[in-house]
Amino acid sequence: MIYLAAALLLAGSLLTAIAALGILRFPDVYTRLHAASKAGPLGAGLILLAVACMAGDWAIAVRCVLGFVFLILTSPVSAHLLARAALRTGTSPDPRTSIQEYDSNH
Amino acid sequence: MIETVTTICFALLGLAMLAAIVRIIRGPTLADRILGLDTITVIAVGIIGLFAVTSGLSLYADIAIAVALVGFLSTVAFARYLLSRARN
Repeated sequence: MIYLAAALLLAGSLLTAIAALGILRFPDVYTRLHAASKAGPLGAGLILLAVACMAGDWAIAVRCVLGFVFLILTSPVSAHLLARAALRTGTSPDPRTSIQEYDSNH
Repeated sequence: MIETVTTICFALLGLAMLAAIVRIIRGPTLADRILGLDTITVIAVGIIGLFAVTSGLSLYADIAIAVALVGFLSTVAFARYLLSRARN
């Protein structure tokens, strides 16, 4: 069980670090959202799953798994809201973006 | 073994938080800064979870879940604020 927890911890930290690297390096806010809203919550959720593996108590483990599910369910909602708000405020995408199908009158 | 792993994980998460802070300072638009704050709360959830593993106190798991909830609500509130500014 401890090996599983160590693997989950390493995978979660690596995913979170990769998400932060994407935030630092990507050119505009939409690509940054793409990096941060998928890899980041999955990394933190994997760390929560590692806590569930290390906890000797069923109540703690179930709560950690519920926290993982909560993170996975809420990150698309907040990312969608943020991207929509950025488009509405007129944040233009990177000039290399080739397809722009969103009509700002919606 | 688990001590080595948690040390590496703390270092990785610290670097990730540094990158998010750099994005908050540099970010050209307000949406970039909100994204940086969202990422910081997610990384804080990870750090608190790591601390629950190293200290053996399972109380920290509840704190991590509460921070995740507050982070989601604050991101939604900031996005609504941005939308309300766009209408005016």
